Amino acid sequence: MSMKRNLLAAVAALSMLAGGVAEAKTLKWGAGREIASLDPYSFGETFTLSVLNHVYEGLVRYTGDLKIEPALAESWETVSPTVWRFHLRKGVKFHNGNAFTADDVVASLERVTHPTSPLKGNLPAYKSATKVDDFTVDIEVNGPYPLLLNDLTNIYILDKEWMVANDALLPTDSGKGVENYATRNTNGTGPFKIESRRADAQTVFVVNKDWWDKPVHNIDRIEFTPITSSATRVAAMLSGEIDFTNLAPLQDLPRLTASPDVKVLQSNELRTVYMVFNMKDKLVESDVTDKNPFKDKRVRQALYQAIDADAVQKRVMRGLSRTTGSLVAPAIPGYVPELDKRPPFDLDGAKKLLAEAGYPNGFSFLMNCNNDSLVNEEELCQAVASMWSRAGLKPNLSIAPRAQQTPKRVKGEFDVITFGWATEPMIDTYSLLVQVLHSKSGSAGVFNWAGWGDPRIDELTDKGGVELDPKKRIPMMTEALKIAKDEIMFIPMHQQPMAWAIRSGSVDVMVQSPDNKPRLWLAKVK
Amino acid sequence: MAADATTPPARPHALRRFLDSDLGWSFRRSPTAVLGALLLAILVISAFAAPLFAPQDPYDLSQLFVDKAELPPVWVQGGEWPFILGTDPQGRDMLSAILYGTRVSLAIGLASVAAAMAIGVSIGLVAGFFGGRTDMLLMRFADTVLSIPTLLVAILVSAIFRGLLPAGIRDNFSAVILIGAIALTGWVQYARTVRASTMVERRREYVLAARIIGVSAARIMRRHILPNTLTPVLVAATLNLGLAILSEATLSFLGVGMPVTRPSLGTLIRIGNQYLFSGSWWVVVFPALQLGLIVLAVNLIGDWLRDALNPKLR
Amino acid sequence: MLAFLVKRLAEAVGVMLAVALIAFTIFRFVGDPVELMLNEQASQQQRDELRERLGLNRSVPEQYFAFVANAARGDFGISYRNQQDVFPLIAERFPATFELVIVATVLSLLIGLPLGVYTAVHRKSFLAQTLQFLSVLGVSLPSFAVGILLILVFSVTLGWLPAFGRGEVVKFGWWSTGLLTKSGLTALVLPAVTLSFFQITLVMRLVRAEMLEVMRADFIRFARARGLSEPAVQFRHALRNCLMPVITVTGLQIGNLIAFALVTETVFQWPGMGLLFVQAVSFVDIPVMAGYLMVVSAVFVAVNTLVDMTYALVDPRLRVDTVGGGHGR
Repeated sequence: MSMKRNLLAAVAALSMLAGGVAEAKTLKWGAGREIASLDPYSFGETFTLSVLNHVYEGLVRYTGDLKIEPALAESWETVSPTVWRFHLRKGVKFHNGNAFTADDVVASLERVTHPTSPLKGNLPAYKSATKVDDFTVDIEVNGPYPLLLNDLTNIYILDKEWMVANDALLPTDSGKGVENYATRNTNGTGPFKIESRRADAQTVFVVNKDWWDKPVHNIDRIEFTPITSSATRVAAMLSGEIDFTNLAPLQDLPRLTASPDVKVLQSNELRTVYMVFNMKDKLVESDVTDKNPFKDKRVRQALYQAIDADAVQKRVMRGLSRTTGSLVAPAIPGYVPELDKRPPFDLDGAKKLLAEAGYPNGFSFLMNCNNDSLVNEEELCQAVASMWSRAGLKPNLSIAPRAQQTPKRVKGEFDVITFGWATEPMIDTYSLLVQVLHSKSGSAGVFNWAGWGDPRIDELTDKGGVELDPKKRIPMMTEALKIAKDEIMFIPMHQQPMAWAIRSGSVDVMVQSPDNKPRLWLAKVK
Repeated sequence: MAADATTPPARPHALRRFLDSDLGWSFRRSPTAVLGALLLAILVISAFAAPLFAPQDPYDLSQLFVDKAELPPVWVQGGEWPFILGTDPQGRDMLSAILYGTRVSLAIGLASVAAAMAIGVSIGLVAGFFGGRTDMLLMRFADTVLSIPTLLVAILVSAIFRGLLPAGIRDNFSAVILIGAIALTGWVQYARTVRASTMVERRREYVLAARIIGVSAARIMRRHILPNTLTPVLVAATLNLGLAILSEATLSFLGVGMPVTRPSLGTLIRIGNQYLFSGSWWVVVFPALQLGLIVLAVNLIGDWLRDALNPKLR
Repeated sequence: MLAFLVKRLAEAVGVMLAVALIAFTIFRFVGDPVELMLNEQASQQQRDELRERLGLNRSVPEQYFAFVANAARGDFGISYRNQQDVFPLIAERFPATFELVIVATVLSLLIGLPLGVYTAVHRKSFLAQTLQFLSVLGVSLPSFAVGILLILVFSVTLGWLPAFGRGEVVKFGWWSTGLLTKSGLTALVLPAVTLSFFQITLVMRLVRAEMLEVMRADFIRFARARGLSEPAVQFRHALRNCLMPVITVTGLQIGNLIAFALVTETVFQWPGMGLLFVQAVSFVDIPVMAGYLMVVSAVFVAVNTLVDMTYALVDPRLRVDTVGGGHGR
């Protein structure tokens, strides 16, 4: 009896609590997927990092239009070509009240570059960090490196005392099978704190009243809910169960726009999508077994011309993508409009080129695509494959989730793949050059999966990587892009569209940056 | 020649015989069974004859035009001939895709039931006939299989084999993998049924007599015991066909089934599900309807067959 | 009696060992987690190091023994995707799935039983025939399609019920329940109905079949002959006698429902074990897949064993039969 009454009282108290909370300014965020962990060094996934940026911050950060501005560091200078000095912001407090000092920066940099850290690659030039005084830190890099600040936007600072107290000084080591304290707990300096988290159900952020920065936002509480099924997400948006989604499916935009309560925010992101060839000596799966037809530039040209980019843009991307001939988006340093032109769609020309190259009846090849990576990738892949088959080619489609395709892609077990590159977190052509186009050597060309590349590009990339003067550096990168374009190394398709949706009744301001990362500390709710 | 002359009249004869039998009598008296049979006949014939009259070959990529994508059915404004039921976001004709998809779904359903039946009947016969240690081992194995839920086994098997096979071969083998995945858990029911009736049959006098005159075990099982255990097996098979088709659809819906280039009804629904709110209802509604109809037809027949063959309900 | 219990338990353990073997051997060969865990910019050396730390370069038997030994302690390692211990990860989500399954089971009994009795008693009536036809329709519709349809009608068009999630939950120790809050209860409606859809028709058809059989039994004729009223005969005598198989089947179905819940959970974004599993499959998160398989099988085997034991307690004939010459000798 009394137990029952207690229970009722508990329920009543709880509902009162819920009522009280509802008066706070709340933003209900329906995301496309769950974040992997609360540990910002657990998993080099862009989306997870962008969500955790609400809790943790780096020394520097991007503004809404992707300019670098001071964050936990107030200013910086280069002491020598390889040593950067950072002057830290004073009076910053972690969520648990600890003061932010140089020790935290050094400990965090050591943690993120530890051999077991999955984010080690995000700070490729790092050599060491030393504390000069409580609010000054020197970071030494391997060689002259122009993009350290860009890299640091993604490296968040954790509290050393807190890490020591909870045995979390090192990142999670999956091999040891031991959970890390930071996986479920947070202590950052950011505009929001985590109040509670139920993985796959809901993570609640509440405002950090002691934030060092003057808040632009007016949000007291963010309820983050992952809804992976796109149909369910749209339903939740239409019925008002969520106020905001950072992943509105393209096909549902008309429906969302038609609803008087929903507003769609739509733009192009930085990611450029390409069709990429296997350039090794032989194809993986083909009726041409003695050589690789893609090594013939006429064949690559034929495949380029056989793609009706207009139809792809209008139908597959629903008129929302930006068709491109360039390997990087216009906002990326290194882009020039002259390199953005595509050869016209010309099916007969493509057939003629194929015949000239000795394949009048085409040939078969294996086309590997993901279905959970790029925007409408599955549809894009089928559409391009059907266009190529009209030119007489016989593409064999293999479409599966990223997790299953990536191992095959990395080993070069494909003839053609879809491939997207946003140059994040650098936001610079150098990222594409050094990681994708450069031939495999040392830390360069990690994504050069199937033997493409050009010695001229390698040379320009290496020179640009140590050139600190942007006036000299950027033309070098443009030159490299021109070589790649002339050689038809990749077939560029488009810059991806990105679409967010908000309930206009509850969200006042929402800043959509071209890197497709929500920055809710710049948002306002009603 | 002789065969040609005798075969045609034999057919109506057999049908006549069926309709005049007890079973036929009960069939004629069951409107739902007749409805199911008619429905199934139409669906099966249209699906397997699809290449003859479908407006498009949905497997031929060069026939798909994205500029014909997402056309509504012809009776809706904006619809276009010959795309009677409209097109999907790839420009695939829905009618053709559904007919070919039905063929895939039916073929996988039939093959997996047949495979499960073959495995189950053999194991059941052997276990029931020999008894003892063989029986115990086989039945323990069956218990283990049963201790993992069917859907889970199917997902795992499907996911694993897709991971193991090289990318290019994988799609061609998707159907085989699915059949295996569904049959792998389906056989236990047949094995148990057959084992039970075998244990009864093997002590009958005709079996003892056959043994005494030296007829081999295999022959006894095949010739004498098997025919007497088949009725419950057939009933179970009919009912399981519906389940198998649904299993295939569920796996394809979850993304571990047929690939988009060889879509089954489940794959079509998975694709269509993404367009639920976009206004292109025909992309999801027609395949779902077709799937429901097939399984309904099969289940109506199975339901009637079970009742008709159950002596207790006469 | 004790001998029977021990034997049945030993069998259950044997089956679980076999499941563990299957779990390990197959999981060892799916996908490559290394590529997924590392950052896009990782070098080949980092890849090799990670492979070594994950123990992926040890021999297969070695890895297998490590797996079985750990699994016995409830240790399935650490999830590749969430970097959390797998067992708590699954345990955390177990209440969500369990509540969904139990509510669906209760729903199916509440609706299925009366319908089954009605269709059996008034076998020839138009309503019974219609219900029987509808029940065939019920088993013919795929549950994902039912779920999608319900969302379309009740969440989007009518706006009555939430389309996803579990609503507000109340914590009792490690257990979390959505049954005590309004939002939790409303969130439960659509998924529970979807999951019970198939089960309702199953119960109804089972009850109908059992009732039809029992109604022909001699003791019912005697009861009628004694002049008992028809409802008394139907409910006190007939229904009571077919409850046992109904309860057995319902019990055995719980394992299947837990597995089937993964489809429902995917459609409704219900934060249960099934959703975790489906995401693990697409991420090739092997420890989670292995853990889920083991946990679901354990529940399955436990329920089966319990049902068997209850049977043995209730019906002594069965006990003798099973222990003595169970296989018909």
